[in-house]
Amino acid sequence: MTSLGGAFFAVIQRDLSIAMRHRGDLLNPLFFFLIVVTLVPLGISPEPTRLAAMAPGMIWISALLATLLALDNLFQADFADGSLVQLMLSPEPLWLLVLAKIIAHWLVTGLPVVLFSPLLGMILSLPGAGFLPLLLGLALGTAVFSLLGAVGAALTVALHKGSVLLSLLVMPLYVPVLIFGTSAVQRAVDGMNYGGVMAILAAVAAFSLLLAPFAAAGALKVGING
Amino acid sequence: MWQWFHKLGSPRWFYHLSSKFLPWLALASVVLIVTGVVWGLAFAPQDARQGNSFRIIYIHVPASFLALAGYYVMAAAGAVGMIWKIKLADMVMVAAAPLGAALTFIALFTGAIWGKPTWGTYWIWDARITSMLVLLFLYIGIIALSRSFSTRETSARACAILALVGTVNIPIIYKSVDWWYTLHQPATIKLTGAPSMHPDMFKPLLVMILGFYCFYALVLLLNTRTEILQRERRTTWVKELAAGK
Repeated sequence: MTSLGGAFFAVIQRDLSIAMRHRGDLLNPLFFFLIVVTLVPLGISPEPTRLAAMAPGMIWISALLATLLALDNLFQADFADGSLVQLMLSPEPLWLLVLAKIIAHWLVTGLPVVLFSPLLGMILSLPGAGFLPLLLGLALGTAVFSLLGAVGAALTVALHKGSVLLSLLVMPLYVPVLIFGTSAVQRAVDGMNYGGVMAILAAVAAFSLLLAPFAAAGALKVGING
Repeated sequence: MWQWFHKLGSPRWFYHLSSKFLPWLALASVVLIVTGVVWGLAFAPQDARQGNSFRIIYIHVPASFLALAGYYVMAAAGAVGMIWKIKLADMVMVAAAPLGAALTFIALFTGAIWGKPTWGTYWIWDARITSMLVLLFLYIGIIALSRSFSTRETSARACAILALVGTVNIPIIYKSVDWWYTLHQPATIKLTGAPSMHPDMFKPLLVMILGFYCFYALVLLLNTRTEILQRERRTTWVKELAAGK
């Protein structure tokens, strides 16, 4: 049992230290998130009431795109240098190692986006009541994005120009998360109870946590052979 | 039973068996669709409010039925192919994807044409329309994925995984879009399909739905047979077939 946990944490630690040595890659999705949100007032209107009406949706869509952008990195580098094949050859169950990689990936891409979101809420004049559900919802939602995205990333890992294809594959799957995420914020802004919506979002996250690592591990076995 | 099961998995056996079904399916689809079209377009009574424009229902509804059913056919075939490693199921799955996408597109397109005289607009963000659009995107993703692998075996496996993930997601997507629509429902347009259709209108629709099912089965068989021939083109039986023996 110790070796199982050992392998799990070793993968997380390895991925985190690799990410720390490429800080530029770490910041890029974050800047992308910031720039996309900056384009909104420029493209539509700087008027606070109009911005506030759009803020939940715009922040969620930008967060979705930012995590999508980073998804390519989940398996790509490890595939290129051969360490992914080593992971697959190891005696530990592959889904566990894939889960470790997903968690590490979320920690370096999803979590910064979550922590950054209140700032963007502020510049889009999101009403005060919306901040907590935005943080909570994005924390759950980006986890689902990473989990489901891992399946797509695994399928396209060996393909040239897989990144556009990857977005095509996973974006339709993100629809429910986007709907529940934005409406949690919207309900809070409108002074309604958002607990139920957040519970659904949490259920989707738990469900993805249960199934996505298996699907991604299976997809990896197929994707590598392609 | 198991012997039968394994026999079914043999592409060659399936190719020969299916050639016996083809004429019957073709006959059934032609008879049913021609009957349904003539009955629906010429003899069914006019709708009290929509006039003649409602008649597009005879294409729209069967296409929508099969667009959704087609996804489950594809996912089920993919699952069978993955679990029992049956090559034939993989081929059915690959054959079902473009067919389903085409039907989804027809459903959306006829819906848009129908929407213009009925609601005065080609497109509204209604729950059902939006769900269909997402379904089309799911199909497009699978087709795009299937085109990007160099070997057909790998491509089928990859698509099967994606189709299964999509299948788990479809009910969630449908529920969420439904719920999203009730939040944002525009008050001016009320969408009630056809809660109480007159039997004279409903009977031709039933014929059309049956006809579309036969047509779907026919095209699926033809697509699968093409896929079989392409994949097995190096085997002796296909070469003999091509040589006309």
